[in-house]
Amino acid sequence: MPQLGETVTEGKITVWFKTVGDSVAPGDNLFEIETDKVSMEVPATSGGILREIRVKQGEVALVSAIVAVIGDGEAKAPPATLDPYNEVRTPPRNFGPATVANGAKASPLARRVAFEAGVDLTTVKGSGPHGRIHAADVKAIKAPIAAPVPEAPFERVPLDAMRRTIARRLVEAKQTVPHFYLTSDVDISRLLALREEANAALSGKLSINDFVIKALALALQRVPDANAVWADDAVLRFKHSDVGVAVAIEGGLFTPVIRNAETKSLSAISSEMKDLAARARERKLLPHEYQGGSTSVSNLGMYGVREFAAIINPPQSTMLAVGAGQRRPVEAANGAIAFATLMTVTLSCDHRVVDGALGAQLLAAFKAAIENPITLFV
Amino acid sequence: MATKQSRAEVTLADDISEELHLRIYRMQVELRESEQRAYDLFLQNLVKGTSHLSLGQEAVATGFAAAMEPGDLTFCTYRGHAHTLARGVPMERVLGELMGRDNGLLRGKGGSMHLTSVEHGVMGSYAIVGAHIPIACGAAWRAQYKGDKDVSVCFFGDGTTNIGAFHEGLNFAAIWKLPVVFVCENNLYMEYTPIGDVTAVKDPAAGRASAYGLESIIIDGQDADVVYRTAKTAYDKARSGGGPSLIECLTYRYSGHSRADPAKYRPEGELDFWRGKRDPIRIYRERLLQAGISESTLLEIEDVVRQRVEEATAICKAAPPPPAEILTTDVYADGGWAWRN
Amino acid sequence: MAELTYRDAVARGIAQEMERDSDVVFLGEDIGKAGGVFKATVGLYDRFGPLRVRDTPISEQAILGAAMGAAMTGLKPIAEIMFSDFIAVCFDYLANQYSKSRYMTNGQVKCPLVVRTANGGGARFGAQHSQSVENWCMMIPGLKVVAPSTPLDVIGLLAASVRDPDPVIFLEHKSLYATKGEVPDGEILDHLGTAKIVRAGTDATILALALMVPRAIAAAEKLKAEYGVNCEVIDVRSLVPMDTQTMLGSVARTHRLFTVEENPRLCGWGAELVSIIADEAFYDLDGPPVRITTPHIPLPSTDILEDRAMPSVDRIVETVRKSLGS
Repeated sequence: MPQLGETVTEGKITVWFKTVGDSVAPGDNLFEIETDKVSMEVPATSGGILREIRVKQGEVALVSAIVAVIGDGEAKAPPATLDPYNEVRTPPRNFGPATVANGAKASPLARRVAFEAGVDLTTVKGSGPHGRIHAADVKAIKAPIAAPVPEAPFERVPLDAMRRTIARRLVEAKQTVPHFYLTSDVDISRLLALREEANAALSGKLSINDFVIKALALALQRVPDANAVWADDAVLRFKHSDVGVAVAIEGGLFTPVIRNAETKSLSAISSEMKDLAARARERKLLPHEYQGGSTSVSNLGMYGVREFAAIINPPQSTMLAVGAGQRRPVEAANGAIAFATLMTVTLSCDHRVVDGALGAQLLAAFKAAIENPITLFV
Repeated sequence: MATKQSRAEVTLADDISEELHLRIYRMQVELRESEQRAYDLFLQNLVKGTSHLSLGQEAVATGFAAAMEPGDLTFCTYRGHAHTLARGVPMERVLGELMGRDNGLLRGKGGSMHLTSVEHGVMGSYAIVGAHIPIACGAAWRAQYKGDKDVSVCFFGDGTTNIGAFHEGLNFAAIWKLPVVFVCENNLYMEYTPIGDVTAVKDPAAGRASAYGLESIIIDGQDADVVYRTAKTAYDKARSGGGPSLIECLTYRYSGHSRADPAKYRPEGELDFWRGKRDPIRIYRERLLQAGISESTLLEIEDVVRQRVEEATAICKAAPPPPAEILTTDVYADGGWAWRN
Repeated sequence: MAELTYRDAVARGIAQEMERDSDVVFLGEDIGKAGGVFKATVGLYDRFGPLRVRDTPISEQAILGAAMGAAMTGLKPIAEIMFSDFIAVCFDYLANQYSKSRYMTNGQVKCPLVVRTANGGGARFGAQHSQSVENWCMMIPGLKVVAPSTPLDVIGLLAASVRDPDPVIFLEHKSLYATKGEVPDGEILDHLGTAKIVRAGTDATILALALMVPRAIAAAEKLKAEYGVNCEVIDVRSLVPMDTQTMLGSVARTHRLFTVEENPRLCGWGAELVSIIADEAFYDLDGPPVRITTPHIPLPSTDILEDRAMPSVDRIVETVRKSLGS
């Protein structure tokens, strides 16, 4: 089972393309796996005969587990690497002493669960022998369970890997990233005109979102301090603008990343987006295609949403939520009421990296680029 | 039935060519000189741990080895330097192993007591007394099973005849009529004790032969020609399906049991006697001279051997110690040592 | 598919390998013409003949020594030591010869052989014919140690042992010989170094070997029915190589560990596993790991006394229940 992404620990084999006894050449697709987020095919790296399948279709295996053996003679598993002076692989974890501050004892698992949940062990009452605190005692503190209304009809929908991952990551984002939000109304009249002109002249159709991506990419180049992410003991400032774009798919969403977006033309961004979105819907993105970047764009304008604030996608530091373009009354130069097409955007910022003023600068640069779209080309 | 070869007047018999005689002589000189060198290197602290020298027992190793075919297999004890060299293993591989160098036969992992060269048919030197006797039976069983004509030759000392595995192995070989030749090098002492004090019969090996339905054979182990002929007869018997032989060779070791042993338990004069009239190389040398081989031929042989010893010593002194990585190699067939995943 | 007894599975496993490879030979006391004292090798002598199936004298050292000599020079011997207690008589070959030769000779000498032996108690044979000695074997570097609990595993693991290029001690259990199990037709080949989860569960992990496996399963069923405790039972199967990953993975889910070991207490196989798990999975454990073993005594011969000594279903149930506090 290949290593597919930093946080991925296991995968499910959804299809076997070969059966035992088939001959295999390097590059032949062997099987398809489903992980947290994607499906992907895994090719053979060596040739021979498929001698044995150890993890069958529909089964799950841990990353690095042997799922099959290709050989031409006897199948020989590679020897495990064992350090002669550390034949036991003690993990470098320490969740505190066995005796809690108030004198109670806690089991190792209880200490770990308490640490991970942020529970103070002195507040936990132990149910084990001699008042020993077990994991269940810690968990009881954490979540007072609301009893479901009896007789209320419901359908229990099991969670798939994607839903689990989205839940976990976004909870983590909300709990650990100090969000603040900056909102701006952006006049897209000139952008719409330019877009119409471009689409008349080109075969591929540009969308408003393509302009938004480019504008944000350029804004990050013009306010480079905001093109950075938090890395626990440092801030990493990126050279290029890698912009993620939220793509809704059935059952969830993906955020593929457009790399070096500031260097790409609008048509290039547009066709790349179409390709990424299509593959995202099929859950065929490769891990490196949806990881990384300092910012993302989420556009709910096509659903008529006027304004919203998005949750930042860790480890990024900003997220731009784009609403629908609407005809709104504005004050004209001569003091009369005129109509313009405005779009409300909200920039969510990670206050550890992006302070208020910096966020405002970034938003201002974005607004300037969108309202004067000619600056996207010069 | 005891046989003894007379040394009175000598003509080289037809069954051993002059060329073979010279080879036998050279081999004994090599064994003596290299073993002596091992002793000297030990005093210089270049050979560490322990080693068990076979100075004085050269004729036995030589005679049996000279009569072997390339496919025959040698099994010997921790006193096995001579048996290893006698099968053609290069001297520097043996000395290198004693000195714990990377060029050693076992890359320093086995040491003096475990010299093995499967390539040369030396199927191991065994440090547990008697353990290799049934093992030699097993190798002989394979030859019998496959219909091959290879013989397993198993060397051990007089003390071994009192250990359980000796008795189990002899019986086993006899009932299955295995092509194995058992050679007891009776050097009169079981470690630090005279063999007579600890053995119920006078002849530790030959005196037990009848218990296993075997002929009682006891020979002069200091006469390489006698040894050679006896060996040949035993091998032919084994190859033709006649079963095992047990041969007791009367011999003597000049040094103590091991390096730690100054051998003070020997009676006055015994060592000098064996070193003098009973020295196998002196005996053989005299025979060759009396049969008309020139002194210069023999001196040249001795000279070549000494040069070989110098060369081998130099190679070993220059060789590095084994690298740290081999500490955990070859515990299992996959080359590693992992007992868990 | 067929239902086979454990003892018939032994014969079938040996036959499968002897059929496949003419270098596989078999020797031991009364194994040929008599079909073995436990009748585990019936039919092999007739099928493969006196050159490949050889009866020996009562000479354990010669049996194991000859097996090594044959293995070193190209054959693939299976040697029987009638009762596992007797390996003490020929222990030199396990402890010093098979296990160390490859290493000492820098890889020159190979030892592709299998020593199969009837291990364990429950047959009222008394202390010198009843001990479980898997721990004696496990502690020797260079050996592999296997102990199957079902007829299917007997065949699969015996085949894997014969084909393994290293020396393997194959510990059959004398009190399992009469038990039955489903066995498919055709060639059966398993893998050394793989443990099996024979009963999935959530509340505790119970590691067991050989005869203790069916007892652990029965205890787990009782614990579920009477106390609502749902235990996971793992048949360890292979002590060396050891499948620590399966066991660590199980403890990560259940958070409690028990071993059921027939060997006498000190230095039993479970001690090593508890040590590894307590080290690598310390923060998965919600309570102390507990070993359920025969006491550190020789086994008595009388039935009620022997049954008292060996871990019983009831003792397993009681120990787990009390430890989990339910």
